[in-house]
Amino acid sequence: MTGARRDSFDVAVIGAGMAGMAAALFAAERGLSCIQIGNGGSLLFASGLLDLLGVHPVAERRLWQSPYAALAALAREQPLHPLARVDAHSIRAAFESFVTALAAAGLAYAPLGERNRKLLTSIGTIKTTFGVPLSMVAGTGVLDARPPCLLVDFRGLREFSAAQIAATLGRSWPGLRHQRIEFPGCEGAPELYAAHLARALETRETRARTVALVQPLLGDAQAVGFPAVLGLARAREVHAAFEAGLGVPVFEIPTMPTSVPGLRLLSALEAMLSARGVRRRHQASVRALAFDAHAGTATLELEGISGGAGGERVFARAVVLATGRFTGRGLTADRGGVRESILGLPVHQPGSREAWHQRDFLDPSGHAINRAGLEIDDAWRPLGASGKPAWPRLYAVGSILAHQDWMRSKCGSGLAIATAWAAMDQVALALGGTGAG
Amino acid sequence: MNSPSLIQTQVLIIGGGVTGTALARDFALRGVACILVEKDDINAGASGRNHGLLHSGARYVAGDRAAAMECRAEGDILKRMAAQTIQDTGGYFVAVEGDDERYVADFPSLCARAGISARAVDIAAARALEPALSQRTIAVFEVPDASIDPFRLSLESMAQARSLGARLLRRSRVIGFEREGSRIRAVRVLSQAGGEELRIEAAQVVNAAGAWAREVCLLAGAPIGMTYSKGTLLVTHERLAGRVVNRLRPPSNADIMMPGGTVSIVGTTSTRVDALDDIRPTTAEADLIVAEAARMLPALATMRYIRAYAGVRPLVGTADAADGRAVSRGFALFDHEDQGLDNLATITGGKLTTCRLMAERAADLVCRRLGVIRPCLTAATPLPVAAECAWTEPGRSPRVWMRSHGLEDPLLCECEMVSGSAVDAIYAALRSAGDTPTLTDIGLRSRVGKGACQGAFCAVRTAAHFYSRGDFQASRGIDEIVDFIGERWRGQRAVLWGEQLAQAELMEALHCGLFGEELRGEELRGEELRDAGVPDAPPAAPAGEVSP
Repeated sequence: MTGARRDSFDVAVIGAGMAGMAAALFAAERGLSCIQIGNGGSLLFASGLLDLLGVHPVAERRLWQSPYAALAALAREQPLHPLARVDAHSIRAAFESFVTALAAAGLAYAPLGERNRKLLTSIGTIKTTFGVPLSMVAGTGVLDARPPCLLVDFRGLREFSAAQIAATLGRSWPGLRHQRIEFPGCEGAPELYAAHLARALETRETRARTVALVQPLLGDAQAVGFPAVLGLARAREVHAAFEAGLGVPVFEIPTMPTSVPGLRLLSALEAMLSARGVRRRHQASVRALAFDAHAGTATLELEGISGGAGGERVFARAVVLATGRFTGRGLTADRGGVRESILGLPVHQPGSREAWHQRDFLDPSGHAINRAGLEIDDAWRPLGASGKPAWPRLYAVGSILAHQDWMRSKCGSGLAIATAWAAMDQVALALGGTGAG
Repeated sequence: MNSPSLIQTQVLIIGGGVTGTALARDFALRGVACILVEKDDINAGASGRNHGLLHSGARYVAGDRAAAMECRAEGDILKRMAAQTIQDTGGYFVAVEGDDERYVADFPSLCARAGISARAVDIAAARALEPALSQRTIAVFEVPDASIDPFRLSLESMAQARSLGARLLRRSRVIGFEREGSRIRAVRVLSQAGGEELRIEAAQVVNAAGAWAREVCLLAGAPIGMTYSKGTLLVTHERLAGRVVNRLRPPSNADIMMPGGTVSIVGTTSTRVDALDDIRPTTAEADLIVAEAARMLPALATMRYIRAYAGVRPLVGTADAADGRAVSRGFALFDHEDQGLDNLATITGGKLTTCRLMAERAADLVCRRLGVIRPCLTAATPLPVAAECAWTEPGRSPRVWMRSHGLEDPLLCECEMVSGSAVDAIYAALRSAGDTPTLTDIGLRSRVGKGACQGAFCAVRTAAHFYSRGDFQASRGIDEIVDFIGERWRGQRAVLWGEQLAQAELMEALHCGLFGEELRGEELRGEELRDAGVPDAPPAAPAGEVSP
């Protein structure tokens, strides 16, 4: 279905966060030619964990062991939630497809299964998530069984204190110990950066010196946790070397962004799309988007991020908005209200700014502004001012959609991956192909 | 229950704002023993929630010449005696098209009569120096306004008082008075931290509780008339002017923009409120300030704001006007003698600029009652610099850090460049006074959390830092992070649009999305994953079968 011209595509995906990456992948897997516009900056804030659905209802702070049971409850109780529009079969297929593609690009996840998993965070809270990188998965087992365990940190890595995690959980986990070591080659440095450490650990020598420093500290530990800095592109090799050298399971603990697992995810996703022939314009943004009803094509006018390289035009038969919320720039807010940034599409939103946010940051109900977003029809098409689809082949996926609060529901990746999958079914259908779902 | 422990002293001061700490210093310099009890922390009330203006007095020349002259005289004293807390920025009074031209015409002679220098400035010259001024500016006068750091002023006043023997009890709330005839025999104080009760027997008691002075008086059985006026201010992301910029018109909403280090502070509003609980800025107040202040400084209409804050002005007397502006901004000293008490004084009202004078007047009364004849020394004694109190100054942390080349000294707050050694110095100073410092205490005494991230990142780094040093134990870190972020949230909430809304979203993605702080009680009770019993279904169809 590739277009005749070099600048024409079946699908243009606007946005390169988790939803944009998933949409481009699924387009390519369906044999559609695809261009993706936007930088992957928001993925730098990713933890590497793939949430599906952890909490429902948000106001009750109810955690679920089975994300699929939670999804069923969500579909019954909040039919407007985007995840309520995707059937469980599609969600399973979408996640499997996504992690399979990541594995092929060198980033391995533990088998997904049917259950949420629990993981330690760097401040000592416990995170409920679904898809866990192999490098972190040993942490879920030790958190359940709480055997003697050693947490190691590096002096200078400011956002990660093994002492903090051990102290926070100490009462319910007496065998949890912590040790601080100097990172080999960086002794005395006041500040260490996770990405630098990850790169350094890809050299055999630094790895061996680190393992040698930890070895004598092991004691009776049956597992060892580190901040998530065990390698970048060669993370699998680094992790395996640590386990072999220490003789016990080794797990990474996600750190504050910008995190190494986020970097790994970004580079794996980029590799995955390149391997599938997706054209990427990661230094560009969409300045204007126009639709030609007669020809049935959309024209995207691009501009360079830094203002240069302007004037490029591309054409697409379908357009997927995966531009995210305020951080991703998909939504824009001023004092008067919220609008969609590219087309000015109507945004479902609270009546006044006073209603946007609760008085307490952690109010269990969450903030109303986080449920603002685009309304869609059954085919994932955002509605225009008339209440009808803004354009017959304009679709919206991911966090820009209304009626969800991914941060409180712990469903960010699920929202991205599942809605991208379901919308791409509709794209394929509209373009005359076959849907996979 | 154990009987409360007893402390005896000459003077008990209630309230740790600018007046209370100035009183502690005043008494200490006169050799009078004193204890200061503060229900929260230094400058937790209006003393820490104002614009940090050292008034030239020009604001009051039309309505209250006595107050204007008082400001001028006190401003001069503070510039000499507490120079380290002051940036002598100078100030402009600016009228724009539509403002009352008669007020503009009268202004210089009113200033002259109050002894305040007010020099007419050529409009083009003023706009060259302060390009943010509106093109519609019709008059500019230069006055000797300055900016003052009220936190540093109070912290250093208290530090000197303590070096001379005064005691500070933070987080200690007055819960009752024991009266005996015309005397207060003892004051009952509850320590918020340990829940421990104290009885303090003092020969004299000074109520310097600011907006809370009425409540303290009621507890003592000696009511006073007071009203409350809420004022809200906004903090911009960038500094828009070097000088104080005042609107040249009768006092009204949003008529001042203060320079505050790397930011500007814009305000204020004035709304009568009946209660002191839960004072916080609203979105309506933010809208009003932006709209009104932008008439004088148009860039404020599109500026990014990182925070708002609100305080309550204690006004003495009663007012009919709904905004409380008609009530005097002067201060009042009550001796309570007509209420049958001879060892209680209440000093309230007033403003930041006159806090030293307020303390002097109250201390004079108390000393007369005590038979102490030593005169007030604060007008002639320079306020000593205290190293651990200097970290509230914007721009100081980066200077110190740069000078040390950051050797062995990690930055914990990247927005404001506050280093590990800075927070360690603050921690050590609090610790040596027997306190258990919290993240919020560190925030009050430094720039941590004051930048664009509003604590999202630096609260996490600072907590990790304290754990690794062994200063934090058990699971308190999570609560401290939650408290710190929650306190910053109160201020952010009213200005969350544009870029700062994206910043807040990032904060929630980290603190809720990843850390799940809103669920923290759930895990600790071991009730997570409450749908246990859902059977493990077989895995979904294997991947790789999804080609179109």
